[in-house]
Amino acid sequence: MDLFLSLIQLLDSSLRLATPLVLAALAGLYCERAGIVDIGLEGKMLGAAFAAATTAYLTGSVWAGLVAGIAASVVLALLHGFACITHRGNQVVSGVAINTLVMGLTPVLGHAWFREGGQTPALSNGTPFAGVQLPYVPVDRDAAMALIVQQDPDLRTLRQLTNRLEAGDADLAARIDALLVAPTPVISWIMAGLQGFANGTVDFVTATRFTPIELPLAETLAPVPILGPVYGELISGHNILVYAAVALVPLTAWVLYRTRFGLRLRAVGENPAAVDTAGISVARMRYQAVIVTGILCGIAGAYLSTAHNAAFVRDMTAGKGYLALAALIFAKWRPVPVLLTCLLFGFLEAMEARLQGVSVPLIGEVPVQLIQAMPYILTVVLLAGFIGRAVAPKASGIPYVKER
Amino acid sequence: MNRDLPRWADWGLIPALNLALAFAVSGLVMLAVGESPLEAVYWIWVGAVGDGSAIYPHGESIGQTLYFTTYFIFTGLAVAVAFHCGLFNIGGEGQAYIGGLGVGLVCLYLDFLPFILILPAAILAGALFGGAWAFVPGYLQAKRGSHIVITTIMFNFIASSLMIYLLVNVLIEPGQQSPASRAFAEHARMPTIQDAFGWTGIDLGLSDLNLSFLWAIAACVFVWVFIWHTRWGYEIRTVGQNERAAVYAGISPARNIILAMVVSGALAGFVGLNAVMGDHHRLLRDFVLGYGFAGIAVSLMGRNHPVGVVLAALLFGALYQGGFVLDVEMDNVTRELVVVVQGLVILFAGALEHMFRPTIARWFARPAAAAVP
Repeated sequence: MDLFLSLIQLLDSSLRLATPLVLAALAGLYCERAGIVDIGLEGKMLGAAFAAATTAYLTGSVWAGLVAGIAASVVLALLHGFACITHRGNQVVSGVAINTLVMGLTPVLGHAWFREGGQTPALSNGTPFAGVQLPYVPVDRDAAMALIVQQDPDLRTLRQLTNRLEAGDADLAARIDALLVAPTPVISWIMAGLQGFANGTVDFVTATRFTPIELPLAETLAPVPILGPVYGELISGHNILVYAAVALVPLTAWVLYRTRFGLRLRAVGENPAAVDTAGISVARMRYQAVIVTGILCGIAGAYLSTAHNAAFVRDMTAGKGYLALAALIFAKWRPVPVLLTCLLFGFLEAMEARLQGVSVPLIGEVPVQLIQAMPYILTVVLLAGFIGRAVAPKASGIPYVKER
Repeated sequence: MNRDLPRWADWGLIPALNLALAFAVSGLVMLAVGESPLEAVYWIWVGAVGDGSAIYPHGESIGQTLYFTTYFIFTGLAVAVAFHCGLFNIGGEGQAYIGGLGVGLVCLYLDFLPFILILPAAILAGALFGGAWAFVPGYLQAKRGSHIVITTIMFNFIASSLMIYLLVNVLIEPGQQSPASRAFAEHARMPTIQDAFGWTGIDLGLSDLNLSFLWAIAACVFVWVFIWHTRWGYEIRTVGQNERAAVYAGISPARNIILAMVVSGALAGFVGLNAVMGDHHRLLRDFVLGYGFAGIAVSLMGRNHPVGVVLAALLFGALYQGGFVLDVEMDNVTRELVVVVQGLVILFAGALEHMFRPTIARWFARPAAAAVP
């Protein structure tokens, strides 16, 4: 039973470690299937991790952090698109440029803003999310008034505000009304972010970190042998991004193989000229793919700094973007194998810590570094065609030049 | 190479423009963190060439700048040689690491020899180890069709794991905790330029500049001869320009891809001479501090030509050395600002190379067209 429990724990941490890989590899899948090689997964993840932790810290909202992470990653993805699609630049060079840029930019900004050796301050755990908790939306009249007092240097207290309202200040009333027209969630997150920047720190929302979600019945099932621990330990108790990553796999498969968008995406990666002949803009399709890549990389980065860890640490991706790239190739650019490969890579990483200095029966002591290098070795072997064959989308890496 | 531009514009104007843009955007970053870009330029300048004060003497600063330049010449040349064959060698980092292993092994285990024999052995070992680490991706690209970019990236990580394994389990100095080998014997170290040429009256202070710098200059000459004045270079360039044409001309792409990669890896392997034999005097972790990646920026800026590579390497050497002073002198700025500049150079000189070219070409075309009635 002890062995069983430690196996469950091993798989549990495999899943956590695999999550950023799944997200990033799926991100790479979209643009590589559209014919854009993306070495820059690493940089986009790192940028997103920084933006997410910074924003989550400043606003106190982990959701605002997620949005900021996605925004940062999408901006970088658009830069990649601008270079590779609009200007037909070398896609590999562009990816390297983005990685290098972010590697430099995050410690520079982190140091200037937080002075903690390029890190962001630690994010508090706060109260756990019970399901999905809505972020700060200033719909409450009191909250709106409090906000205005905070922002307006002429107003010192709430009393002054009410006095001026009673005196018939139409301008102030209009400002409060404007806040009361509940903005869409996205806008309010961004507002919360801007507000946080203006004020230093704001603690509107309790949680600044994605925390585990207990699935229903986990307690009830706990005494049941096998099923209890599997459900309670392995399936339940992850944060929402882990579930999102797993859900994105069938979603991606569906989009890729069952929708018009997916068909066109794959066609653009295999034979852009044919797609162009059919009257579909190759550039537009590729830009869409690159944006999706940006969004998913953003989630992967936010996961690293606001869910898996509780702060941004310098160079915290530590090659995970390249590992995701390896997983993508190993999975031959298909969604379900991507999940399995990432789980395998996550499992290897989880084993690493547990095998340190342990002698395995029959084999003896396995060097940790060998397990570390295993994903890369496997990928090289696969690429060399010794176990199956990994064939990239045909047009991948080639800028599309419309014939005139 | 298309000839839509006069040579000087191609070689001078465009790199200068790219560099100016990279600096301009870095300046914006500085403004964003509330610091003066001009002050940063000043401190980088002081760091790179010194200001004659006791803290930043000219000689030592310049020596240190040239010490970093040495790294970038090796890795820049490595990237350039692969580029001429149409290959993107992103694995300079790993090849330099493994090349350093070769150099280190010679210095550790052949130190019963006199220096005059250790030096060629170390050079050879650096080239062999670095070249071997690039041979595998080259072979896999040439014969098995696996993409060189991906395999070289993978080999960077494998190199890192391999080195840590060796340092922790094999090479570690007995009784020590940190994964590093014992220090090399005195006569197995690369003499500094100061020690070797101090009699001429130059004063480089305590800078790390060592004889590897001369070898880097020699490597430039070698690459120039190899690429433009040998049959091998001609074949490599032909494959790089047009693989199909090469086949019709009876040139084997596979052979030349492997050759270009091995030469490229060997050049990157020489980083070990400067780092391991010249500076640290022992094998240790992470002595390749991003020099391999910086080589990409150097090669792109230097237009893949040895002269250009030297100039770009000088610039990056100055930036790296200046970055240390920047770090100390300015509160709000860290030396990673240099990495930002590096990334922007790769972006503008590499990924966005087609952005300005047509416009500039049009400027030059217009007067020429007007002159013809």
